[in-house]
Amino acid sequence: MASLRHIGRRSSLYGVLSFFALFSAFPFFWMVIASFKRDHDLYTLKNNPFIFNEPPTLDHLHHLFFDTLFVRYLINTAVVGIAVVIITLVVAVPAAYSLARWTGRWGENLGIGIFLTYLVPPTLLFIPLSRVIAVLGLQESLWSLILVYPTFTIPFCTWLLMGFFKSIPLDIEEQAMVDGYSRVGAMVRIVLPLSISGLLTVVVFSFTLSMHEFIYALAFISSSALKTVSIGVPTELIGEFFEWGPLMAGALIPSIPVAILYTLFLDRFIAGFTVGAIK
Amino acid sequence: MSDFDGEFGRPRSHIWDREQVLAPLLIAPAILYIVVLVGIPFCMAVYYSLSDATTGSQTLHFVGLRNFQAVLKDAVFRKALLNTFIFTLVSQALVLVLAKILALALIKDFRGKWLARFLILLPWTAPIALGTIGWMWMLDSIFSPIDWLLRYMGLLGAPGALLGANSNLYWLGVPSLAMLSVILVHTWRMLPLATVILLAGLTSIPQEILDAAEVDGAGFWRRLFQIMIPMLLPIMTVAVLFGIVFTFTDIAVVYILTQGGPVHSTQVLASWAFFKGIEAGDLAQGAAVALFLFPAMAGVAALMLRLARRSEVA
Repeated sequence: MASLRHIGRRSSLYGVLSFFALFSAFPFFWMVIASFKRDHDLYTLKNNPFIFNEPPTLDHLHHLFFDTLFVRYLINTAVVGIAVVIITLVVAVPAAYSLARWTGRWGENLGIGIFLTYLVPPTLLFIPLSRVIAVLGLQESLWSLILVYPTFTIPFCTWLLMGFFKSIPLDIEEQAMVDGYSRVGAMVRIVLPLSISGLLTVVVFSFTLSMHEFIYALAFISSSALKTVSIGVPTELIGEFFEWGPLMAGALIPSIPVAILYTLFLDRFIAGFTVGAIK
Repeated sequence: MSDFDGEFGRPRSHIWDREQVLAPLLIAPAILYIVVLVGIPFCMAVYYSLSDATTGSQTLHFVGLRNFQAVLKDAVFRKALLNTFIFTLVSQALVLVLAKILALALIKDFRGKWLARFLILLPWTAPIALGTIGWMWMLDSIFSPIDWLLRYMGLLGAPGALLGANSNLYWLGVPSLAMLSVILVHTWRMLPLATVILLAGLTSIPQEILDAAEVDGAGFWRRLFQIMIPMLLPIMTVAVLFGIVFTFTDIAVVYILTQGGPVHSTQVLASWAFFKGIEAGDLAQGAAVALFLFPAMAGVAALMLRLARRSEVA
């Protein structure tokens, strides 16, 4: 009896999970199918769209990589992402350390203030920022994105790192200082090596958040060769020839690695989101 | 600067070791970055909305509230304002219910959990602009596989069929269906985030409390409504607030899926600000439209702050 009920519970659990997994992953499953389907198969309305009615093909991938600027978009995205990661680390690490060890009211309020700027939406700022970018002569340049993206990575990563630094006992640092290190020396030699996983989280999130960004790239960049994946694929691949196969492959290929990275680090990301609400 | 903790205030020979100097110095670059590229642009947005700035001209003049008057008179703007609220509220209500169900399922141990987790998280972890492209095809006017399935089941495309005799529903071509599609994609996108936030909350409920309640004879629903939901309330608020922020200010879904169409029926504040401010070059009116995002966001921020303060006291 008990095992029957157990089986019942299990199957309803799997039922719920399969429904949601299907709902969430379906557009991506669809991209996989469309990326390898022959055009004739794709565009024949009578065909069952969920299966391969004709043998799969690599034509769309070939077309995507050799006849479009897709590879260029990937390179641009990587360049912007890496530069943003570096700027974020350089600015957020000292800020977070300062906030973690600065225990007065000022420090706390500053910390919350910095986190709140993460909530100021890019859709509110893109219009004045487009003017700032124009005045600086950075329009139609990847530098515009490299300059602006840290406005959302710095607040979030500072907040995230602050939590990490707070969890490192003060004694370790003080011992190092007794041993003759300066305060900065103690931070660099003792605290940072102990926070490797926090720093890694910051690297992953600065990169993925830059890759996800849409509105700034849309507003600042209009020459095709300078677009990132997030805007290049939806504007250029649709605009130029609107072939579903390469378009779906172009959406799928950047999504998967970034999704895997993000999933691996998600728990830390959520911990940053929910500081204060879980006790 | 007397706020520094005494234990750091030990005088040292080197100036860098003094907390009063070091702490503000370390944080200065972050503050500077945020002031210059968030604070000043925000003030510029306010100023633009009170001026006649365009992308073409170098000079601008103060025109008072004229832009706001013009914007408010515009029927498209009013539609966009209404849509922004509808899309956000409906999608977040759906997200909250679905995320609760999903979190209760995901907290269990089962085989293949990592795969289920990866698939369920995809809409949030993959770039939204790319995920939306998948939906474009799902909702395509001719090739939509949803329509194919409906036709296959006999609900569509035959004389007397439940959903009409047309061979397609034209998801993105009919105003009501286009609105439904946008809400669906927003729900799809925010569900994973809300789920993992709730999951973090669920795991923080001590198992002893639930066990004790079960021993005392409380059934599943009783435990859900009298223990789990009250204990999860703060974290549910966090999940909803983040959902609201991201949905309310999103432009990618509408821009890629419908461009605000058909005939502005899915226009939202963010997309309308973009079309006005960047594509039409009217920085002043674009800024005025975008500023309507601010009161709602400020409200959300204030709520979050109260929440953070309260949990600090507790």
